[in-house]
Amino acid sequence: MSRTWAELFGDEPTVADEQEKTGFFGRLRDSLAKSRRALTAELAAGTFDTGDEEAWERLEEALIHGDVGVQATAEIVRRLEARGEVADLGDALAEEIELLFGAAPTFDLTPKPTVILVVGVNGTGKTTTVGKLAQKFREHGRSVLVGAGDTFRAAAEEQLEIWAERAGADFIGAPAGGDPAAVAFDAVEAGKARGRDVVIVDTAGRLHTQSHLMDELAKVRRVIEGRIDGAPHETLLVVDATTGQNGLQQARLFGEAVGLTGVALTKLDGSAKGGIAVAIAYELGLPVKLVGVGEGLDDLRPFDPREFARALVSG
Amino acid sequence: MFDALSDRLQATLGVLGRAKRLDEDAVNKAMREIRLALLEADVNFQVVRDFVAGVKAEALGDDILKGLNAGQQVVKLVHDRLTELMGAGDSQLAFGRSPTVILMAGLQGSGKTTTSAKLALHLRREGKQAGLVAADLQRPAAIDQLEQLGKQISIPVYRTDTQDPVQAAVQGVARAKEDGLDVVIVDTAGRLNVDEALMDELARIRDAVKPLNILLVLDAMTGQEAVNVAEAFQAHVAFDGVVLTKLDGDARGGAALSVKAITGKPIKFASVGEKLDQLEVFHPDRMASRILGMGDVLTLIEKAEAAVADDDQEEMERRMRAGEFTFDDFLKSYRMLRKMGPVKGILKLLPGVGQQLDGVDIDEAQMARVEAIVLSMTPLERRSPSIINGPRRRRIAAGSGTSIDEVNRLLAARKQMQKMMKQFGKGTMPMLPPELTGGKPRR
Repeated sequence: MSRTWAELFGDEPTVADEQEKTGFFGRLRDSLAKSRRALTAELAAGTFDTGDEEAWERLEEALIHGDVGVQATAEIVRRLEARGEVADLGDALAEEIELLFGAAPTFDLTPKPTVILVVGVNGTGKTTTVGKLAQKFREHGRSVLVGAGDTFRAAAEEQLEIWAERAGADFIGAPAGGDPAAVAFDAVEAGKARGRDVVIVDTAGRLHTQSHLMDELAKVRRVIEGRIDGAPHETLLVVDATTGQNGLQQARLFGEAVGLTGVALTKLDGSAKGGIAVAIAYELGLPVKLVGVGEGLDDLRPFDPREFARALVSG
Repeated sequence: MFDALSDRLQATLGVLGRAKRLDEDAVNKAMREIRLALLEADVNFQVVRDFVAGVKAEALGDDILKGLNAGQQVVKLVHDRLTELMGAGDSQLAFGRSPTVILMAGLQGSGKTTTSAKLALHLRREGKQAGLVAADLQRPAAIDQLEQLGKQISIPVYRTDTQDPVQAAVQGVARAKEDGLDVVIVDTAGRLNVDEALMDELARIRDAVKPLNILLVLDAMTGQEAVNVAEAFQAHVAFDGVVLTKLDGDARGGAALSVKAITGKPIKFASVGEKLDQLEVFHPDRMASRILGMGDVLTLIEKAEAAVADDDQEEMERRMRAGEFTFDDFLKSYRMLRKMGPVKGILKLLPGVGQQLDGVDIDEAQMARVEAIVLSMTPLERRSPSIINGPRRRRIAAGSGTSIDEVNRLLAARKQMQKMMKQFGKGTMPMLPPELTGGKPRR
């Protein structure tokens, strides 16, 4: 039932994709359920009485506990209340959360090359996500070039180069302390010249409150815009699932600086519920496109709103 | 000082806000707002529930202090209780027979490696011989990172070729002992709180190096999850205190309260910037203000005091009041400002200003250009700006690599600033003119 890479990339489904579906459902559920009480278990056992004030309060607390945030929680509760009858709370909740996320995401891979820019605060897992995404594109028959735009963190370039080698992707690096915009320029130019299908540009982690670093990021984007019309085609914000309500601020300010198209939600293999993604989708209308559920290569997955909502509420 | 939240409370309380004492209705309404504020700051919902219940009982029937309205009274009470709660416990590190071992632990990406280096620098400034042990063998190049950081601050870093983090820690500590160091900080790999194998490994490292201090490094942006993380690390290694990182961002940092309330372990340090000297002793009162979304005036005052030598300060004040403001003063105040950290960070600390800044972009590079212009002036020009005529402007522009236009703008800005300083002398708070900060309203 869950979403496959082929669906995300707009490809024809294969037999492997069907297996992927069943495999993923179990994996995400497992990782979400691990060492964590299910949301519904925190609600009253048995049936949900819509006339019971305390039951609503427990529901609110359960959502808040999942980092869904005050605003989005209030909205979900409001919508559930508007239903009048709630036969199965788990089902109803999953449906409402799914609606907040909107349609299942896709990548439009028709532009050649499709340029993907990856941004985020420090320590969320940007470089790892870029590496795994490159691998997935390769597995699905796309030629890939990655640009190591994180010229700040020690050894970030080496880390990405190892990923690129593993994935069979071209690699464009730069000396430490180099200009990330220059790396982006080189990466896009090389991707064009070599006829690659996808160019992924990694960037250094930065706090969204540091305006000079956000300016630097805006420059990276401008350089990419200047090389190919309509690029970057995807600008993904990598958000750590343990992040609280500050995730909203991150999405807002990165959005102002570089214009985001989606979120990659990482580290869902911990006990964090990742509810901040619901808040971001509800308040900013920014869809989640990828989820990270572990350190393994196959632990980066296309985001499936329904599966996520189900896993969030039913464990 | 209690602007945003108490305003909101005042609006909620309405007519009741003018009452002489807090009755149940007023308290109930106020507590709803406090609960929301705490939840929005990522304080764990159970902690919020207990905290609010406690404060509510205390607030009922409270006489409203003279000079405060009901909203302010509630905020003051909440602020005091928050400060009390977060400030409990010893914020000092323990020291014993040399070398004292400090073990750093935490999730991936929380900032352990950088914090280790910052702590080493902090300890050296307190007169201790500090060293670092690289025991993060998990993350590629983590050891290189620690070595590079050690080099920047001239702190020895001990690394070994072993693949076993327990051995790496043991050998590192042993070598630090041979070298006669007072204190040694062991940096470990980030690990998920649900990863039993890695949590056990951390306990083995602890048993092997017997740290007097185990510090949990926690990202200030952490959400409700902070409780699970703290509980797991508590259960496995019983940490002694917390270092809160990435406080230079705009996270309200409610996780700090959650962790303190759940584990009872004190928060010892706060990391407030990327530079290695940006580690501070934790201030519970400031954290309380931050969690409640109030400006942090105390931090600002302290930063300013630390940056300005006393004599300088008096002289500057005298001149400001007199309305004398030359480019020498300008340069001095500018450099003080720089010493205090990024300008936007400083202005954010002012109540009310933080929100005004939402639409304003302060260009730090522009400020560097301003400095270059002043440095291209002769001492006489700096003292008597009125002599700066056309040819002088051309020379200054050429010397600083800027344009005559920019020089003109700066000259105009100094005049404006002089005017402001006069106001400042009269006790009203000026705003920085946009020409100086390169500030421009964003869309």
